[in-house]
Amino acid sequence: MNVALAQTAPPFTLPGVDGRDHSLDDYSDARVLVLVQSCNHCPYVRAWESRLIAIQKDYAERGVRVVAISSNDAASHPEDSFEEMQTRARERSFNFDYLYDEQQSIARALGSERTPEVFVFDGDRKLAYHGAIDDNRDETAVSAHYLRDALDAVLDEAAPAVTDTPAVGCTVKWRT
Amino acid sequence: MKIELLYWDGCPSHPEALALLNLVLVERGVDANVELREVRTDEEAQQLRFPGSPTIRVDGRDVDASGADSRPALTCRIYHLADGRVSPIPSREQLEEALT
Repeated sequence: MNVALAQTAPPFTLPGVDGRDHSLDDYSDARVLVLVQSCNHCPYVRAWESRLIAIQKDYAERGVRVVAISSNDAASHPEDSFEEMQTRARERSFNFDYLYDEQQSIARALGSERTPEVFVFDGDRKLAYHGAIDDNRDETAVSAHYLRDALDAVLDEAAPAVTDTPAVGCTVKWRT
Repeated sequence: MKIELLYWDGCPSHPEALALLNLVLVERGVDANVELREVRTDEEAQQLRFPGSPTIRVDGRDVDASGADSRPALTCRIYHLADGRVSPIPSREQLEEALT
C-alpha cells in the first residue's frame, strides 16, 4: 500500500553517495520534494535516468529537489551496493542526491513497489503525485509527462490533474 | 527453428518482448512457435544460465550474445541499443539478426 495522497512524507535519515547523511529536514527549503525509489541495476531506471537528470536541471531554480533512494538488497543484487551506487552517481554525474536505504525502512514507509517510482511532496510535504515519470520508457515515444505536469501544478499551488499512475519498472528487491 | 523466451515474472518486460518477437516473426514469415518458460527460483536461473528477464534464444543462441554470460539471476535484463540507449527488451534489429 503506497503512502496516500495528501499524506505527509515519512521522516528519514539515510547515507548519501556523497558520504554525508541526509534527512527529510535537510530539504525543508525545497518548494517541492521528489523522492524517487531507484537503484542501479534496473533497465527501466536506466532508461529514465537521463530524463530524471533533465528534470532536476530544469526545475532546480524553481525550488524542486529530486532525491533518489535505493533500497534494494545488495546481497541478491550486488550492482545495487552502496559502492556501486557511488560509482554510478559519479559516472553519470547525478545532479541529485542518491541515498542508500539499507534497512529498507523508507521503501516500506512509502509503500514502494517498483523502480523507478516517484513520490512528489508539496511545500507542506504532503503527497501530490505518485507513480511514473512519464508514460513511456522510450523517450522518443512519450506523450504524457506526468512528473513535469505534476511539478508545474504544485509550483502553481494547484492540484495535479493526474495524481496517480502505475509505476513501470523492476520490483523493489526486498531482503529475505 | 527453436525459439525460447525465458522470463521471470518479477520483471514486467516479457509481454512487450513477446509481442515484438511475434511481430518480427510474422514480418519475416517465420513459422515457429515461441516456447515460453518461466524461471521461478535462483536455482532454476543457475541451471538455465538465465542472465535476466527476458532472455530469448534462437536454436540455443542468445539474441544478445554480449549479455548472455552475465551472472545468472532473477532480475530484469539490460539490453544496449545501437544508439547507446538502454532497454529492458532486445531491439527489433537484434531479433531480426538472430532470426536470419
